Amino acid sequence: MRELIELGGYGTYVWGSYLVTALIMAVEPLMARHRQKLALQQAAMVADEESEQGN
Amino acid sequence: MGSGGDIVKARSSVWRVILGRDLRMAGRRRIDALLPVVFFVVAVTLFPLGVGPEPQMLRQMAPGVVWVCALMASMMSVTAMYSVDHADGTLEQMVISGQSLVAIAAAKALVHWLTTGLPLLVMSPVLGVLFDVRAEALAALCLGLLLGTPILSLLGGVGSALTLGLRSGGVLLILLVLPLTIPALIFGAGAVSAVDAGISPAGHYSLLGALLILSALGAPLATAAALRIALH
Amino acid sequence: MRLFTFAAPSRFYGLSGALLPWLWASALLLASAGLYVGFVLAPTDATQGEAYRIIYIHVPAAWMSMVLYLAMAGWAAVGWAWNVRLASMLARAIAPTGALFAFIALWTGALWGKPTWGTWWVWDARLTSQLILLFLYLGFMALVEAIDDPKRSDQAGALLAVIGAINVPIIYFSVRWWNTLHQGASVSMTAAPKMASIMLTAMMVMTFAFWAYAFAVVFTRTRAIILEREQDADWVRTLVREEAVDA
Repeated sequence: MRELIELGGYGTYVWGSYLVTALIMAVEPLMARHRQKLALQQAAMVADEESEQGN
Repeated sequence: MGSGGDIVKARSSVWRVILGRDLRMAGRRRIDALLPVVFFVVAVTLFPLGVGPEPQMLRQMAPGVVWVCALMASMMSVTAMYSVDHADGTLEQMVISGQSLVAIAAAKALVHWLTTGLPLLVMSPVLGVLFDVRAEALAALCLGLLLGTPILSLLGGVGSALTLGLRSGGVLLILLVLPLTIPALIFGAGAVSAVDAGISPAGHYSLLGALLILSALGAPLATAAALRIALH
Repeated sequence: MRLFTFAAPSRFYGLSGALLPWLWASALLLASAGLYVGFVLAPTDATQGEAYRIIYIHVPAAWMSMVLYLAMAGWAAVGWAWNVRLASMLARAIAPTGALFAFIALWTGALWGKPTWGTWWVWDARLTSQLILLFLYLGFMALVEAIDDPKRSDQAGALLAVIGAINVPIIYFSVRWWNTLHQGASVSMTAAPKMASIMLTAMMVMTFAFWAYAFAVVFTRTRAIILEREQDADWVRTLVREEAVDA
């Protein structure tokens, strides 16, 4: 296990790369999903206003 | 608005009309026209102050410094190409009346070069002397800028048409156009370095010339498209 | 004509929604496989030691950033030329992902360069072009955000993206020329380790993983953009009502 973290002294560089990449690839989809949810809510509000005006 | 009507009614070619009109406007606003040149001189002067006066280093840096500052200085006056006509509605009239936008774009780029590019070119050997650049290298600097400054005006035209009327227009335009000027920068500054190193600069000049031709053919078309996009 | 029925935002919304779980699953599966091959099966490199393992993300990320730029420019051009709104929306959705891949390529490039060649940054042709590509992405995103009118924004973005796409080979060529001239830095990222085929395999699998990821994220973002722009459409109202019932 120790070996896997240290990777012959290159651990910081390799894990520094992989962790930042993994972070980006976790945050980006979450942000996109959040944007979609927000848009859905917005559309819901617009639809509610429309139906209220209709009545 | 009177000048707008003149343009629409003019029977002479739109090219000559724009050229005459814009040059006259620049003549009336001489201080505005000189600002890019002043910026050029000030910016170039900052470099020795920043990096130290050692002649050998300055001589090596000179082409890059002069070119980059020329790029920036050129961008300073680029928004003015279309902003004045946009503000008073003349531009919209030109688009609606079906005038050749390509001719207008080419004419305005030429005006920009005559009022900004050419003065920068004229100043450049003076600044080169400040950096102790040799005569041969100075010639290479001038020839490079002679080919390069029109490219900057042409690309600047595309940028200012794309960002027409936008709030953050000025800075955005610079960010959009500068990456596109990188090849010209590389070949232009490279020509001077080549001469300094005793190598033939012919390749650099040819490539710069090719870029100029490409820009002269493509940029007015792109500018015309951008104007139509911004004003339809 | 068949192709254009999917150009209806409503159809795309439904279809992409159905595909998303599969895309995410593929991405995770391929990434796991790629990393297994790359770390467990592939040997240590003779010259670079374990540091070379960074290429399993560096190279695929660089490829993705370039391919996505072309895709972005292509879809934007389609949207402009044939007035297909969905194509323009797709182009806008691609931009942030492409930019992030460019950033990842630069970040991993720096972390690979430091132990291998001693510096965090190397002005070689590929890395420098990668940096310029990032600027092009940021420029596109800045321009479309700065324009409020959706149609003008889409079209201006398309023109800029196409201009960028045409310029990328010119810029790359000039940077390579520049690099060979100033041969002080005889370091090149292209002097990668002699690739044992197993390393190549791992890299290819990771590329596919990144592709699946890119599809998934871009589709998610496109669905968001569709909802933002098509709020007044009937199908959106129906959709919103259905979602409310489910909730």
